[in-house]
Amino acid sequence: MNITILYFARIKEVVNYSSEQVSLPDEVETIIALKSWLSNRGETWQKLFSGSGVVRAAINHELVDDMATFDEGDEVAFFPPVTGG
Amino acid sequence: MVTAQPYKRVLVQAEDFDLAMEMQQLRRHCPQAGAVVSFDGLVREFAKGQVLQRMHIEHYPGMTEKALLAIVEQALHRWPLLGVTLIHRYGDLEARAQIVMVATASLHRQAAFDACAFMMDFLKTEAPFWKKEIGALGARWVEAREADEQAKQQWSLPE
Repeated sequence: MNITILYFARIKEVVNYSSEQVSLPDEVETIIALKSWLSNRGETWQKLFSGSGVVRAAINHELVDDMATFDEGDEVAFFPPVTGG
Repeated sequence: MVTAQPYKRVLVQAEDFDLAMEMQQLRRHCPQAGAVVSFDGLVREFAKGQVLQRMHIEHYPGMTEKALLAIVEQALHRWPLLGVTLIHRYGDLEARAQIVMVATASLHRQAAFDACAFMMDFLKTEAPFWKKEIGALGARWVEAREADEQAKQQWSLPE
């Protein structure tokens, strides 16, 4: 499955990407599975998703939790807790 | 009796806004209003013991607009409002610059007061904005505050 992943704020700086297109193996279809798949890229990614900092996720502009599933062509975003206002 | 569709103005922009002009426009669109309330959020001059040179605000284009509209719709659902204006800026802002404004108009004051506070509390925890403070000692991302989450919780409706 092909999806687009966007990164924002501190997370964007840590991974050094603002967006990327990825082709995922069939079994990766939830946020939690995607986090674990990305963690295989190395220490930086592993620390990001399993460290103490909270990483929020959105699918197609909707805030979701770890168990949410995405489909072909979806836009997934990872970002820290928001601090606007 | 509130009959007409409430006035809605929701903007995400880099440019500054004119609070007085926005309030005038809100009043003009809500001739029945007996109360208008506004909140103006500013970049503080000091943060964590350092003088702030500027504040950088990042956002998620596309999601931000939807999130702000959803917050406005929730407020319109809960209170009998005649109109709402919500403007949030992004980009590089100088100390003392305006960041955000929320304004509400209603027949009586309580709805306007409550809806204005409600929207600010929800904005703090649900709209995808991230602040970075840039000062003489360096730059740091602002951490989310537990107090903001608690402020939002006070608006939860009884089951």
